[in-house]
Amino acid sequence: MPEIRVTPLGAGQDVGRSCILVSIAGKNVMLDCGMHMGFNDDRRFPDFSYITQNGRLTDFLDCVIISHFHLDHCGALPYFSEMVGYDGPIYMTHPTQAICPILLEDYRKIAVDKKGEANFFTSQMIKDCMKKVVAVHLHQTVQVDDELEIKAYYAGHVLGAAMFQIKVGSESVVYTGDYNMTPDRHLGAAWIDKCRPNLLITESTYATTIRDSKRCRERDFLKKVHETVERGGKVLIPVFALGRAQELCILLETFWERMNLKVPIYFSTGLTEKANHYYKLFIPWTNQKIRKTFVQRNMFEFKHIKAFDRAFADNPGPMVVFATPGMLHAGQSLQIFRKWAGNEKNMVIMPGYCVQGTVGHEILSGQRKLEMEGRQVLEVKMQVEYMSFSAHADAKGIMQLVGQAEPESVLLVHGEAKKMEFLKQKIEQELRVSCYMPANGETVTLPTSPSIPVGISLGLLKREMAQGLLPEAKKPRLLHGTLIMKDSNFRLVSSEQALKELGLAEHQLRFTCRVHLHDTRKEQETALRVYSHLKSVLKDHCVQHLPDGSVTVESVLLQAAAPSEDPGTKVLLVSWTYQDEELGSFLTSLLKKGLPQAPS
Amino acid sequence: YCLSGHPTLPCNVLKFKSTTIMLDCGLDMTSTLNFLPLPLVQSPRLSNLPGWSLKDGNAFLDKELKECSGHVFVDSVPEFCLPEVRLRRANNLSTVDVILISNYALYDALPIHTRHTGFTAQCMPRNHQCQKAQSASLLLPSPLKDAVEVSTWRRCYTMQEVNSALSKIQLVGYSQKIELFGAVQVTPLSSGYALGSSNWIIQSHYEKVSYVSGSSLLTTHPQPMDQASLKNSDVLVLTGLTQIPTANPDGMVGEFCSNLALTVRNGGNVLVPCYPSGVIYDLLECLYQYIDSAGLSSVPLYFISPVANSSLEFSQIFAEWLCHNKQSKVYLPEPPFPHAELIQTNKLKHYPSIHGDFSNDFRQPCVVFTGHPSLRFGDVVHFMELWGKSSLNTVIFTEPDFSYLEALAPYQPLAMKCIYCPIDTRLNFIQVSKLLKEVQPLHVVCPEQYTQPPPAQSHRMDLMIDCQPPAMSYRRAEVLALPFKRRYEKIEIMPELADSLVPMEIKPGISLATVSAVLHTKDNKHLLQPPPRPAQPTSGKKRKRVSDDVPDCKVLKPLLSGSIPVEQFVQTLEKHGFSDIKVEDTAKGHIVLLQEAETLIQIEEDSTHIICDNDEMLRVRLRDLVLKFLQKF
Repeated sequence: MPEIRVTPLGAGQDVGRSCILVSIAGKNVMLDCGMHMGFNDDRRFPDFSYITQNGRLTDFLDCVIISHFHLDHCGALPYFSEMVGYDGPIYMTHPTQAICPILLEDYRKIAVDKKGEANFFTSQMIKDCMKKVVAVHLHQTVQVDDELEIKAYYAGHVLGAAMFQIKVGSESVVYTGDYNMTPDRHLGAAWIDKCRPNLLITESTYATTIRDSKRCRERDFLKKVHETVERGGKVLIPVFALGRAQELCILLETFWERMNLKVPIYFSTGLTEKANHYYKLFIPWTNQKIRKTFVQRNMFEFKHIKAFDRAFADNPGPMVVFATPGMLHAGQSLQIFRKWAGNEKNMVIMPGYCVQGTVGHEILSGQRKLEMEGRQVLEVKMQVEYMSFSAHADAKGIMQLVGQAEPESVLLVHGEAKKMEFLKQKIEQELRVSCYMPANGETVTLPTSPSIPVGISLGLLKREMAQGLLPEAKKPRLLHGTLIMKDSNFRLVSSEQALKELGLAEHQLRFTCRVHLHDTRKEQETALRVYSHLKSVLKDHCVQHLPDGSVTVESVLLQAAAPSEDPGTKVLLVSWTYQDEELGSFLTSLLKKGLPQAPS
Repeated sequence: YCLSGHPTLPCNVLKFKSTTIMLDCGLDMTSTLNFLPLPLVQSPRLSNLPGWSLKDGNAFLDKELKECSGHVFVDSVPEFCLPEVRLRRANNLSTVDVILISNYALYDALPIHTRHTGFTAQCMPRNHQCQKAQSASLLLPSPLKDAVEVSTWRRCYTMQEVNSALSKIQLVGYSQKIELFGAVQVTPLSSGYALGSSNWIIQSHYEKVSYVSGSSLLTTHPQPMDQASLKNSDVLVLTGLTQIPTANPDGMVGEFCSNLALTVRNGGNVLVPCYPSGVIYDLLECLYQYIDSAGLSSVPLYFISPVANSSLEFSQIFAEWLCHNKQSKVYLPEPPFPHAELIQTNKLKHYPSIHGDFSNDFRQPCVVFTGHPSLRFGDVVHFMELWGKSSLNTVIFTEPDFSYLEALAPYQPLAMKCIYCPIDTRLNFIQVSKLLKEVQPLHVVCPEQYTQPPPAQSHRMDLMIDCQPPAMSYRRAEVLALPFKRRYEKIEIMPELADSLVPMEIKPGISLATVSAVLHTKDNKHLLQPPPRPAQPTSGKKRKRVSDDVPDCKVLKPLLSGSIPVEQFVQTLEKHGFSDIKVEDTAKGHIVLLQEAETLIQIEEDSTHIICDNDEMLRVRLRDLVLKFLQKF
């Protein structure tokens, strides 16, 4: 029985290190290859040894697909391809291919140079890894091999984020990666056509939340920022270099312009400047408004936002700073946070999700005394605000996507177990679609029943369709034909053609029955009586009286003859082929009962 | 159907599996060469040209016809020769389901095709009226949409029409498979000629038609041509080959640069009539490298077109449609085209028109890129009038669409130098032969012009398409039946049904199975489902009428095959209790007589005939015995 098997190596009932193994019709595909932000040991990468135990990955996997450039979706890629060893194709979109190596390099620097980790991937490995990447367009159908094809859909989560449809024959799986169903200031909404996959693997980060209107959230955000700077406080917004950062920059930029504010906005340097440049060059991946106006004014050329210098953090007076990374687990954002945490006038706004084990997660869960490295305790007096600006779909959005794609079943990943459970029930109840939520290392097996495509000869099909156009077409029609199976080539043809092709002659089986009738009249009149009798009984059939005195019912032939010895008996010869068996047999038994008395 | 006489501006209609597809709709503008230029400011020279009257003295036309250096020109708004002039007789345009566009030069006639009925165009009332292509969804790779140049067409169709035509466009990406009514699938492929240009594959499950139009094997800026996907085509339609098969584009670019340098050094100005996108990107890139080495970096470059800015900007953001080199630049991230740097360093300036800022910034000597290459309308007319009198200046023609001599005719006498360096990167005949060898289509279809050497160089036998089997050619307004027959269609069998099939092996490797199933057809897709179980006969309490018993003759019986060995048949008969069997030989076979039952069985090679009394029991027994020897289909 054909089946689809799915095993999450990461992101099964968890957020982080997305890595899902899918086997579909004999093809093995790995979806995403991420790292976990919350761990610094072996657990940060997926356990690739699970895939083959000790065989080579290249032999086992047909391809690897990366949905977008966030490190929890691509962070383990160089480790996987260079250190574990994989030489097959890696598919991702153009913007992902452009930005991914930069983030990887950045991540490597933090891990190796700052934390001094050994046995980590090198810059060269990142480069080698990127050489294996094949870039795809939106909606482009990429033929991985003769049977396996993939197609990317717009996902809206970050620049270049995509959903992928993986298709083998008539079986297909859609993997969403991270996506966003509501368009925002710089990206469009995710979209997929009604592709009816066997399985939809969707993220479920916000499985339980239904967010209020975006406009309210934005107003709220602006109000808080404004109030803080008004009273002379500093606002820290930890962000990841690409994605929300640009969204919030556009938001603040327009607000500053409207309110004519002079308070400086800074953006931590390096990465982000480059990042803005990428946005400028990948305009087609942004939303319609930006696409339309970019000739006059590129939205990513900010007037009010300037590059940040480390020394600025100690400047007196209010300011707004965007700093990386977004979960306060390392780097500049953490440094600034430590500096500003003690002052209750200041504020930190967390615009996105924070993985367990990060400082961001701790302050959001209400801890005010943090234990830092070196046993220092940091007291957090500044205000902590959480505003969900992450571009993930909320429960409503997920349901909406499921409705759009109309899958046979749904599988949840990239979310917390409890929340998944809730969404699972909701999907099963409201959409009546079976739903799975495997943990890491747990395999879900879905039996599929793919239809078998065969070639049908056009002649046969047209004949059937022509008959189907009759008034009583509503009734299902039966189609008869012969399936010729030669090697792996299947063709459905009419029986006649099959015989011809195989050089077989048709064998005609014919029956002729003598039916004795008592009738004193002449043969011709007997025939006429038979004709009118049959005509009255067989209303749906074509009954004809031929000039030579014989009668036909469809292709059954009836002839009256007079044996010489008895003038009172006529012999009716009923003759038919095997194909008319039912009709012939019916006619003989009908005639056996005799003809009705003729009206004299 | 072929609707265009111009081989480089094709407009073909393909009927395939009940869908009607229009392949490109280019506008042949060579007719504009018969008109006088449309100046931006009243030009005394042009308006003082002597009138030219027809010999029959038709006063009505008098005002419109003028003479210049022995040529007659029409002094009015240019009119265009439309591809569908003869179409309406041949075919009804409203049946077109979809229009596929290959590159930016080939959709000029689009607004005309989509125009509403009842609209009479300002300048061409005689044949402009045409039915709106109903429900036409237009497919077009995305950069094309943005590169549209509209301002110069106002006379021919209005902005509104352009917008309404554009709103029907559906953008597609390379290798995106698009289903049309479930019947056929169309896929655009990179053709390597211009930004976003494409070839198309139109295929059903068993047939494949490739449409190659304006392709290039040279590496300029766009993504290289995708040849592999063209393989195994039943038919390959070939249009849009190079118009100047003898010229080498690389050489021409070199000539262009050196002539440009020469003129500028002598203090003259250079005018380059061109389209606002396409080759200009390559020219600017060449100049970028060239001007520094030639010591001309102080010479300003002007690019004047209503869409100059957008054209330059758009070219930078379509990295995905560019060749590999340019793509990897974006990854750095850097703008893919060097004209960004030219703009930044103020070497290249662009203006929407000669009015406004341009007149303040204008500095001579300089290089001006502007349109339209026919020299009949657009800002180029102004520059021709301005610079035409000085022999220091040079006009360099790079677009091969118009004959430069004809284009210049209304400006005669002309003192300025004219140089013709046509740059046409489309396939030449040698490349075509190579391509055809590579992709091996079963049939090649191309315009008539390509099957014979050009009239001017009739000895050049190499300037024609050479392939086996010979290419089929078509002419304007001619209908060509494509030489393939559709014989198969895809149908899906439900797994439940497939399980119930009983295959028998007839010959080694070939098995047969009889299929009786319910056919479902929806959206041109066919599905076979298992037949419904025969309904249980309702218990016979009611007295059945005779006609109730009439069998449904639609239940088909399988065909039989094989032959019956007489001796074994007789033995079987005996085993089943028949005695007194007599066998007679006849010319063709045997007759088996069952004397007791007065039954006669004629057995021949391919037929068996049972003649018996009306004894159903007996007949059925005999039937089943005969069937044992035969195979059913």
